[in-house]
Amino acid sequence: MEWQFASAAEISRQLCSKQVSATEIAKYFLSRISKHNQAFNIFVHVDEELVLKQAAEIDARRAGGDIELGALAGVPVAIKDLLCTTDMPTTCGSRFCEKYVSPYDGTVIAKMRAAGMPWMGKTNLDEFAMGGSTETSIFGAGRNPWDAQRTTGGSSGGSAACLAAGLAPLAIGTDTGGSIRQPAAFCGVSGFKPTYGRVSRYGVVAFASSLDQVGPMAHMVEDLALAMDVISGHDPLDSTSLPHEKPGYTASLSQAPQRFRVGVVREQIESDGLNAEVKQAILRTLDVLKECGADVREVSLPHSKYWVPAYYVIAPCEASSNLSRFDGAHFGFRAEPLEGKKSKSPLVEMYSRTRAQGFGAEVKRRIMLGTYALSSGYYDAYYLKALQVRRLIRQDFDRAFEDVDILVGPTTPNTAFKIGEKVDDPVQMYLEDLYTVGANLAGLPALSVPCGRSQVGLPIGVQFQGRPLDDALVLQIGHRYQQAIGWRPTPAPLS
Amino acid sequence: MNAAPYTLVIGLEVHVQLKTKSKLFCRCSTEFGRPPNTQVCPVCLGLPGALPVLNRQAIDYAVRTGLALNSEIAKFTKWDRKNYFYPDLPKGYQTSQFDLPICSRGFLDISDSKGAFEPKRVRFIRAHLEEDAGKSMHDEVAGKADSRIDLNRAGTPLLEIVTEPDLRSPQEAKAFLTELRLLLLYLDVSDCNMQEGSLRCDANVNLHIPVDGKTVATPITEIKNLNSFRAVERALTYEASRQWDQWCNDHIAIGGRPKQTRGWDDVQGVTTLQREKEEASDYRYFPCPDLVPVTLTDADLGKARGELCELPAATRTRFVQQYELKEYDSDVIVSQGRELVEYFERAVVAGGPAKRVSSWIQQDILRLLNERQQSLTQLGFSAERLADLTKAIEAGAVDTSRGKEVFAKMLDDAALSVAAAIEALGIKAVDDSELMELCRQLLAENAKAVNEYRAGNAKALGALIGQAKKKNPNADPRKVQDLCKQLIDSGAV
Repeated sequence: MEWQFASAAEISRQLCSKQVSATEIAKYFLSRISKHNQAFNIFVHVDEELVLKQAAEIDARRAGGDIELGALAGVPVAIKDLLCTTDMPTTCGSRFCEKYVSPYDGTVIAKMRAAGMPWMGKTNLDEFAMGGSTETSIFGAGRNPWDAQRTTGGSSGGSAACLAAGLAPLAIGTDTGGSIRQPAAFCGVSGFKPTYGRVSRYGVVAFASSLDQVGPMAHMVEDLALAMDVISGHDPLDSTSLPHEKPGYTASLSQAPQRFRVGVVREQIESDGLNAEVKQAILRTLDVLKECGADVREVSLPHSKYWVPAYYVIAPCEASSNLSRFDGAHFGFRAEPLEGKKSKSPLVEMYSRTRAQGFGAEVKRRIMLGTYALSSGYYDAYYLKALQVRRLIRQDFDRAFEDVDILVGPTTPNTAFKIGEKVDDPVQMYLEDLYTVGANLAGLPALSVPCGRSQVGLPIGVQFQGRPLDDALVLQIGHRYQQAIGWRPTPAPLS
Repeated sequence: MNAAPYTLVIGLEVHVQLKTKSKLFCRCSTEFGRPPNTQVCPVCLGLPGALPVLNRQAIDYAVRTGLALNSEIAKFTKWDRKNYFYPDLPKGYQTSQFDLPICSRGFLDISDSKGAFEPKRVRFIRAHLEEDAGKSMHDEVAGKADSRIDLNRAGTPLLEIVTEPDLRSPQEAKAFLTELRLLLLYLDVSDCNMQEGSLRCDANVNLHIPVDGKTVATPITEIKNLNSFRAVERALTYEASRQWDQWCNDHIAIGGRPKQTRGWDDVQGVTTLQREKEEASDYRYFPCPDLVPVTLTDADLGKARGELCELPAATRTRFVQQYELKEYDSDVIVSQGRELVEYFERAVVAGGPAKRVSSWIQQDILRLLNERQQSLTQLGFSAERLADLTKAIEAGAVDTSRGKEVFAKMLDDAALSVAAAIEALGIKAVDDSELMELCRQLLAENAKAVNEYRAGNAKALGALIGQAKKKNPNADPRKVQDLCKQLIDSGAV
């Protein structure tokens, strides 16, 4: 069996009925990793021994008739290298953490460990999740399995690409401004950013705390629901975690309403920046949805032109503070002192040399942007103004959701761009987040699923956004859509 | 002070470590004196991915303190990050409160029972919660530039209390700190141990000098490293005269020189320049996105108010009114803290005459505690036994002087009652005729003393007391003296 064509749910069913063992599954994907990983620079850390040990434990438990085993026990998962794990390094794609091993597991990791999901390894990402192309990683650019000259998108590019290359059936990403959805769209897979606070951030190296959210990536929405059942829920270790009872995402997956109201955002569908092929794919998706019971109408989010500007003030401000701890004093990289010269202030010199050498250009750019925007005299004009705009953006969504149940639109304005194409033009790169940052600013659940391919064969993604805590509804409608088009796991054809 | 050609102006910033069991944003213990870096976790180490969770007890303590300081308690407060780099600050920012402190305004009244200064009201600007930093230990022995960091303290809750510049002398500053410390101890929110750093104080100081009918202010200095009340008093005295000398030298007024931070050197008895700030540091405060704002309801505040204990100022007044203690005596007991106040009241409730209990506490109990460096509990002399002893003295079963013997006997044997101690010491009342006979004998045997007394030396008879005690240890010295005088004065001898 070629397991790269199986969904996580399918693998789960085969494991439960003992048609296959977790060890066989792990070995299968390990062999694919050894064959294809190098070409696409997807995993930055794979520990064969560890994954086989974890798989063997699950097999032993299943053979012993352990009825406590969850649905995903034995289903291997790839983890974005931004989540703290005790048994693998957590590099954040940065020189700073190249050798850093966390002394504790983050909450999501602990939950997956308890659920018996073996770690396939850690996946490539933009340094500290700052980027939209997985090009800022110290491990080098990730390559898109659909076209190795193109980027995977980012920052969870490795997690998207490992699915597209068929190297793992399930992956975990993080999404601060689109970092799950945009690479999912570029790589032709599904990715879900839950409602802010639905999944614990404890143990996720912070980029922008008020925007960061962990979420699953897979081929099928059904797989995302299975993963959400494991990773979501209130966490007393995360003060911003929501206390609300979590629904059964898998149990309710087929309960999409017979009729639902779909909003199409005028500012997005009619924007000049939207690629015509992407637009066509979205319009076709809307037709499918109409057949699924959707009442489609146009809505307006008048402040959507301020999404990217507001985001690129708030996220760098928080990042500039969150990344202060990387100073060489207590952990991670520390620059060697200058030979021979006796410094007037060795401490300041240690800080500046360490941070100058430890961070890459994009991370430095964002730290400087944030530091500037928070500085006395600029705070009101930038940070405070951005917070006010953020409030207006939320109000836009609230108003839109009075008339519709879900928003449907493009995940990205374009398909995957070429490696190196935008790396020297930060503004062009930031515009990749045009349609995705709204959900982060407003804390909404948002899903990207594949909805077609361009003429040259590059994947296109459609985005579904719901009201806060309507995660289940978003997944239900995404699932209904995949059923309607008969979607199957579709990894890229690799030579 | 009155003679000084200037007014000394002092404002204080007091950092109070709250005595929560665990830290402000994690579950690590706050216990003092443990081996370095043994009370740490990913949160207070500032490790990547770790997140803070508020310890609500710190809010309760801050509210309690704010209410006792007559402050306004904010019903909505939030947490802000104060960004700066220092090795004892592992996250690179301190979680603090910037524009919405939990307590605003308020005041504390101070006075001196000996009248060293006029009673005054010291106003507060604010009090806010923040996390403490770790401790840096610099080993500079033999040119080594080795620094070590202990993060046990990092994350301990601090309440930073800032006063208006209302204090006018080192004595007032010391009295203010003493009263504030007493209040915090009453409230049971802090250990207030300056040596261990659970109470820390910085002072902002300058002089207001009358010049040609106007007042000129000298540049403000901030004095740090004040590790005892005595250090506060000495440092302020020193700094006042230093600023005066400086002014006489250069006549530079406020604004003419950057604000200085000076450290107090307790050994040399001087303040030394630590740094000069050209402009205010930019800490880039912004709301901490990892924490949610704290809201307090009227019910929360009502409950906290209801749970407040009687505060020292109220107790002082009540002791004067209820027990007719002198203000000075009331102050001595109250200023010793809640334990002694409760001890006093338990003794009175058990029937001890208040004034006598008060004087026994001040003269005997406090002296012993001081000599033995013990606490009341360690001393092991219950308030009920003190009540019994003072009752016996009041009833005349034993005089004050033999009372001390009874006290000593009872101290040695915790099971011994007053009656048993009196009996063991052979104390019995001496009847008046017996005492009269004793005095006659004494006078007959001491013609010299009698003559001296007659010659006008009133103290001459004092020498007879010892002899009287030898003849009968139960003879009340005062009665003996009075009787002897009567006998001589009436011409009976």
